[in-house]
Amino acid sequence: MVDDKYLVDGYYPTIGIECHVQLKTKTKLFAGIDNDARAADPNTLISHICLGLPGALPVLNEKAVDLASRAAFALGTSPQTFSKFDRKHYFYPDLPMGYQITQFDQPIIIGGQVNAAVEGVQMVFDVTRAHLESDAGKSTHPAGKDYSLVDLNRAGTPLLEIVSEPCMHNSAEAKAYAHELHLLMKYADVSDVNLFFGNMRFDVNVSVSKDPKVMGTRTETKNLNSFRSVNDAVNYEIKRQIEVLESGEKIIQETRGWLDDSGKTFSQRSKEDSHDYRYFPDPDIPPIVLTSDYIKNIENSMPILPTQIRNNFKSIGLEFSQIETILDEPAIANLLMYIQDAHGDSTAKTVANWLSGPVQKMVSDEKVNWLQVAESAPHLSTLASMLSENKLSSTAAKEVLLDVIIHNSDPLKIAESKNLLQVSDSGELEKIVSEVLASNQKASQDVANGEMKAIGFLVGQVMKSSGGKANPGIVMEIIKKQLGA
Amino acid sequence: MVHWKTIKQEANDVANGTTSALANVNKSLKLIQDNEEFGAIISVIKDRSIERAKFIDAQIAKGQKVGRLAGVPFIAKDNFLTFGSETTAASNMLKGFNAPYQSTAIEKLEAEGAICVAKANLDAFAHGGSTENSDFFVTKNPHDKTRVAGGSSGGSAAAVTLGLAPFALGSDTGGSIREPASFCGVVGLKPTYGLVSRSGVVAMASSTDVIGPITTNVADAALVLDIMSGKDLLDSTTIDNDPKGYELNGAKSNISGMRIGVIKEYMDDGLDPEVKKVITESIEIFKKAGAVIVDVSLPSLPTALAVYYIVVPAEVSSNLSRYDGQRFGHNDINAKTLEESYVNSRSQGFGSEAKRRIMIGTHVLSSGYYDAYYKKAQTVRTKLINEFNNSFKSVDALIGPVTPEVAFKIGANSDDPLKMYLIDIMTVAANLVGVPAISIPAGLAGDMPVGLQIMAPQQKDRDLLILASEFEGLIK
Repeated sequence: MVDDKYLVDGYYPTIGIECHVQLKTKTKLFAGIDNDARAADPNTLISHICLGLPGALPVLNEKAVDLASRAAFALGTSPQTFSKFDRKHYFYPDLPMGYQITQFDQPIIIGGQVNAAVEGVQMVFDVTRAHLESDAGKSTHPAGKDYSLVDLNRAGTPLLEIVSEPCMHNSAEAKAYAHELHLLMKYADVSDVNLFFGNMRFDVNVSVSKDPKVMGTRTETKNLNSFRSVNDAVNYEIKRQIEVLESGEKIIQETRGWLDDSGKTFSQRSKEDSHDYRYFPDPDIPPIVLTSDYIKNIENSMPILPTQIRNNFKSIGLEFSQIETILDEPAIANLLMYIQDAHGDSTAKTVANWLSGPVQKMVSDEKVNWLQVAESAPHLSTLASMLSENKLSSTAAKEVLLDVIIHNSDPLKIAESKNLLQVSDSGELEKIVSEVLASNQKASQDVANGEMKAIGFLVGQVMKSSGGKANPGIVMEIIKKQLGA
Repeated sequence: MVHWKTIKQEANDVANGTTSALANVNKSLKLIQDNEEFGAIISVIKDRSIERAKFIDAQIAKGQKVGRLAGVPFIAKDNFLTFGSETTAASNMLKGFNAPYQSTAIEKLEAEGAICVAKANLDAFAHGGSTENSDFFVTKNPHDKTRVAGGSSGGSAAAVTLGLAPFALGSDTGGSIREPASFCGVVGLKPTYGLVSRSGVVAMASSTDVIGPITTNVADAALVLDIMSGKDLLDSTTIDNDPKGYELNGAKSNISGMRIGVIKEYMDDGLDPEVKKVITESIEIFKKAGAVIVDVSLPSLPTALAVYYIVVPAEVSSNLSRYDGQRFGHNDINAKTLEESYVNSRSQGFGSEAKRRIMIGTHVLSSGYYDAYYKKAQTVRTKLINEFNNSFKSVDALIGPVTPEVAFKIGANSDDPLKMYLIDIMTVAANLVGVPAISIPAGLAGDMPVGLQIMAPQQKDRDLLILASEFEGLIK
C-alpha cells in the first residue's frame, strides 16, 4: 500500500530498478579473453568462444563468481549455495550463439537490501535477486549507410543484474537507490563502477495508479547511465503516464529509451513484439555449487560497508553531507577510519573537516584528485598525529595540508621549512612566559587577581615572542602556574 | 578388408623402422581413393598428413622419442574441427568452413603422433541413423552396397570396415557410434558422458554428446580412449580419467561369478528373430564362461526414446542457433534485410532433418509447452538414471542388442521419420543416463553383422572394455 505522501496529481507512482553491473574480472565470463575493451580496436578481443564458432564451449570464470558473492554480502545477504546458468534465445547479430547465457530461475543472489539516505533520511529498499549473465556485443548503425557494424569485444563481459522490488515511489528514492547501489559495488570492489563507460547501467520500471494497493501498467526505460538521468527519466515517465491516463488513454507495457539531451523517454518496442526466450538450463555449464567454507572466506574478505561507516562517522559528530562526501571515496573513508582508530575521535573530526572542506575544494578545482589524496594517506596520518600531539596549530596544519597532498611529502619537513612547528617544550616556554610577564606588569597583576580576561592578552604576547610557534594551550597553563592563578 | 595390424603394432612398426609414417599415410590415401564408391569420406587431408608423416619419420631418423600413435593414420567424422580440410558436418550450412582451431580429441591424438588423413561422412549435423541425411551423399554398407552403413557416424564405421585407416572417430548422441558399428561389424565405443572433451566437435545435443573411437578390435578402442580421455580446460563437463588408464595390456576380469543382466525390455517384441538368435548365443557364451545371467527390467526404458526425442531436439534447436549466416557458414548474399538474411541463410543451409528437429525443439521449449514436454522429459530422464543406478547395484554389466534389426536397405525408411527414429530405441538410454556402452561384433544375421551391446556403470569404462575384450576372445 503506497503512502499518501507520494501522491502526484491523484496518482501513486511505483518504481523498480534493474541495474547491470559490469564485473571487474580480468577476462570474460566464459572465455579467457581480456575483459577491458576500452582502448581496443573492434573485434580484437575475441576467441572462438566469443565468436560462437562450431564446437566452442563456454567455461565459467571463477573470478566472476567471487565478485558476485562479494556483491551478495554488499547487499546484506550471502550468495546461494546452488545456482545455475540458462540459455535465453533470440537472434541478433551482436549475439553470436543465438542465445545469451544468464541465470533464469536459480540466480546466485536471492533477496538483499540497499540502505540509502533519501534527502537525509535512511530508508531500506529490498532487492529481489541478482544474477550473472554475459553481455552481448555492440552494434552500430552508421547514419545513411546500408550496413550495420558489429564489435564483439564486449561479447561475454560478465554482468551482474541486480533487480529491486517495486519499492520506490518517487525520483528522489530512485536516485538514492541508484547512488547507494553504486557506492556498495564500489566498496565491495566488484566493478570499476565507471558510469561513463557503462560499468553500471540502470533500467527503471515506472507505473502510476490511482489505487494505492494495485500497481498500474509499467514501462521500462532502459540504459540510463547517470543518477541524474535516473531521476529525470522517473519524473518524466510519471508525468507522461499521468497525462496519458488523464487524456483517457491506456499505458502500453513497453520498453522505452532515454534521450539525455531533450530529457525525454521514447517508445522502443511494445510487449506484443516481445520474444519467447525459450529458457532452459545450459547443458554446457555445470551448476555453481558454493561450499560453506568458500562463502565464509568471501565474507571474511569483505571490507566495512557504507552503512557501518556512516553510523561510525555520525557518532563522532560529522554532518550528513560531510559523511556522504567522504564515503564517495572508499580510500578516503578508510583513511579517516584509520585516523579515528589511531588518534581518536577529535583528530578524526578535524581531518574530516579538512577532507570535506579544503581538500574537497582542491579536488573540485582539479588541483588534486582523490587518488592523490588517498596516496598521501601516510602523511595525512602523520599530520593528524602532529595535530593531536600539539606539534602544530590547526591553522598551521591546514596550511601544511595542501602541500602534503600536492607534493605527497612529509608534513614534518614542510612544517619545519615553513617554521610552523609549535614550541611545546616547557623549559623554553617557561623562559619566554616569565619575560613576557615581567614586561607586562599590569596584565599579570590582573590575572593574578583572578581577572582572567587579561590572560588572552598575555598568551598573545607569548605567541608573538615565540614567533607564533608556541602551543597556546600549554602557554596558558604556564602563565596560570607562574602567576598562581 | 584387413589392411592393418593392431594400432599398437602399427605404431611399433613405424617406430622401429619396419614401415614409415609416410608409407602408412600413402597407403591410407590410396585405399581411400580406391574405395570412393562407398561414400565413406567427405574430404581428404592430403598435404597436412604427408607433412606430418615426414616430420614424424624425420624425428625417428634422428632417434627422437615419438608418441604412442606415431605414424598411425586415422579418420575423423566430419563434425570434428580439424586443420587441413573443411569441417562441414556433412551440411550445406558449413560447406567451405575452414576451422581456425582443432578439437581437443584431435589435438590429443596428434600429440601422440597419430595422423588424421580424412574426414568421414555423417548425417548432416549428426541427425540420423543411416547417413542418408548427409547433405552430400549416402554412405554404403561395405557388406552390402544396397544397405546403409548406419549413422550418424556411418562414414567412420564404413571406413574402418573397409580398412581405410586403423581407426576412426565418431560422436554418439543417441547411438551414433554403436549403431553404425553394429551395422558394419566393427567395435564402437561410447564412453561415459564427459570422459572425452567435446571441445571443437560440432555440437548436436550437449547433454548427451559423447566422443568415441570406432576400431576393429577392443584393445584398439581402449588405447584410443586412453589417449583422448580426461579433463579438458575447454570443456567444463569433462571428468578425470580412471587412474588405472584404459589400455588393456592383457588385463582380465573374472567372468566366472560375474553378474550380467539381460535387459528384458530389449529382448521383447520388435526384435528381429535372427538378431535375437545372435544375442541369445552371446548370452550363452557368457553363461558358459561362468557368468550369472539375470533378467533385468528397467520399467522406464520404453519411454527413453520419447524422452530422447524431446531433450535432444530442444538442445539441437538451441545449439543450431549460431548458424545464422552472419559470421561463418552459409549466407544468402542476396538478402535485402537482416530478417531475410536470417531466414534465407538458415532455410537454405539446413536440410529437412535439421529443420524438423529445430521445430520440435523450439516447440518443446516454448512458453506454455516447456512444463508439459521438456520439464517432464527431464523428470523421466532422472527416473531412468535411478533405474539404471539401481540395476547396477545387482549386476556388473547390462547386455542386449544394439538395434532391433540389421542394416536396412538404402531408402527403406526415408519417407518415415518416426520409423527412422525407432532404430535408436536400444541405444538412446545409455546417452540419457550417461553410462558407457560398447557395440561389439557378435555374429551374423543372414549376411549382415549383428552387434552386442554391453553397458557398465558410469566411469566403469575400463571394466567395460575388459569384459568386451574377453567376449571378443571367447567368440573367435
